[in-house]
Amino acid sequence: MAQVAYDESYPLDHAAQARRVALARWRRRAIALLRHMILILVAVVFALPFYWMLVSSLKPSSLVFSQPLQLFPNPIRWENFYDAATFPGFPFLRFLWNSTFYAGMATIGTVLSCALVGYGFARLRFPGRDILFILTLVTLMIPGVVTLIPTFLLFKTAGLLGSYAPLIAPRFLGDAFFIFMMRQFYLNLPTELADAARVDGASEFRIFWQIILPLVRPALMVVAVFTFLWTWHDFFGPLIYLSDPSQYPLSLGLFAFRAQRVTEWGLTMAGAVLTTLPLIVVFFLAQKSFLEGIKLTGLKG
Amino acid sequence: MAVLSKPFRRMSPLRWREARAGYLFVLPWVLSLLLFTLYPLIATGYLSFTDYTVLTSPTWVGLDNYVTMFTNDQSFWTAVNNSAYYALISVPLGLVLSLALALLLNMRATGIGLYRTLFYLPSVVPPVAATLVFVVLFEPVSGLINTFLRTVGMPAPAWFADPNWSKPGLILMSLWGIGASTLIFLAGLQDIPKSLLEAAEIDGAGAWAKFWHVTLPLLSPVILFNLVIGVIYSFQVFTQAMVIGGTTGRPLESMLMLMVLIYRNAFGYFKMGYASAIAVVLMVFVFALTLLIFRLSRRWVFVEGGEQ
Repeated sequence: MAQVAYDESYPLDHAAQARRVALARWRRRAIALLRHMILILVAVVFALPFYWMLVSSLKPSSLVFSQPLQLFPNPIRWENFYDAATFPGFPFLRFLWNSTFYAGMATIGTVLSCALVGYGFARLRFPGRDILFILTLVTLMIPGVVTLIPTFLLFKTAGLLGSYAPLIAPRFLGDAFFIFMMRQFYLNLPTELADAARVDGASEFRIFWQIILPLVRPALMVVAVFTFLWTWHDFFGPLIYLSDPSQYPLSLGLFAFRAQRVTEWGLTMAGAVLTTLPLIVVFFLAQKSFLEGIKLTGLKG
Repeated sequence: MAVLSKPFRRMSPLRWREARAGYLFVLPWVLSLLLFTLYPLIATGYLSFTDYTVLTSPTWVGLDNYVTMFTNDQSFWTAVNNSAYYALISVPLGLVLSLALALLLNMRATGIGLYRTLFYLPSVVPPVAATLVFVVLFEPVSGLINTFLRTVGMPAPAWFADPNWSKPGLILMSLWGIGASTLIFLAGLQDIPKSLLEAAEIDGAGAWAKFWHVTLPLLSPVILFNLVIGVIYSFQVFTQAMVIGGTTGRPLESMLMLMVLIYRNAFGYFKMGYASAIAVVLMVFVFALTLLIFRLSRRWVFVEGGEQ
């Protein structure tokens, strides 16, 4: 009852305000907690296919769909990886090498050509440049499938079916999206250095190679990691152009394996792990470039 | 040529040197445009009016391929249906969920980087491998998902073994890959000036009003970008459908997408003319849809400094 005396006084008002502040703080904390709980739940759902791929790859095929379902493999069958890597007719080690070759060559070609062409569009003036650049942007909207059949027939006429030439050669001529991206990068560079070199009589190519390229290394990394990733993913191109299984990259090899060995789920999952793991390693090594690229250009996976 | 030669004549030696270097720099790309874009585009258009089985030279058949496609090929309409079903559900659903996820991630807290990495990781997995994992997860009798559904007393559909459930399965699978657009949205959210949100708060806006009147309009260009890219890509879905259903689109043509149909006609039946015609239709359709989205976007996309 003594509180009545303080009814309209300052301290009580102060206490009420403190209560309000505390309440707001608790509310914020509760919301943050709720957010984390939802995020953790989503994270578990996102991680589940990874876990299941790994778990299934370590089970004998007969236990991949066992009843009751094994949430952890028992016994663990590491031999699946050995068996998949050396499976008669489906040499996954060979596939691994093919994928590395294909993705590696495509990356070299794309980085070189897009660095070169993007520079031409960004920093050199020549008649017709702007029309050519607009055309380049227009090609971004054309679905790849409309150019597919004549391109295939072209390589068929050239006698290059059944080789990696149709898959790799075009990469050395550029890619609309990455040319566009490189151009934006070059446009943001200061021009003074190049101008000074030009006054000193350096050739345009030398300016590009020795002065400009080192400055856009982060952009080149973005082009490189995404080209590598997407080429490793490529299934359609190899499906159309390659015919001998010993030439297959991992994606196509895995597809062919599963088409023929329908019941070998343990080995198929081991093959899936072998197909995925190198990219996960690349991703963690070059994570910065990946996140940079997504932020800068809105790249889709 | 006359148009081009005029600026050339007026050029100083220095400008001419620069122009020559410019042509040399873009030369590879000009070759690519001619060889791998312009020529194939024209050739596809031409082939679509012919009968061409690779063995003999193409014979002109006029509009026959298109007439057959629209009036006499049930598979074509099935593929149109399947592709539209997949694109029109998976794209909006993916957009809403990736935006929601980005909003959840848009806070300062330790561990956000970890979530970001994990959510993007599925986009790194090769589509063939990812699809096979989902075939295992969605196995009707003793797959992990149906085992879970039965445990909690929910109906367990046969997914990729049931023509009515295969496309919903494919759509659920596509949601595993929303991490990439989530990160694009997150970057967009982080670009929104804090001052605008604080100003709204001072004016008495609650969380919902802030989202609806500040965040969403400022994010609308990013939404448009993700929408257009999503539609263009999802109408060309191939690998996933092919891994699940093969060239026949099992079960019961429910996985027969337009790209699978083109592949089947071109490289299964060697009907290059007919496959070209379907490709032309697919392109026109995707173009029209993109144009429509851009047209409608004037009503909802906020342009900074524009009228609005």
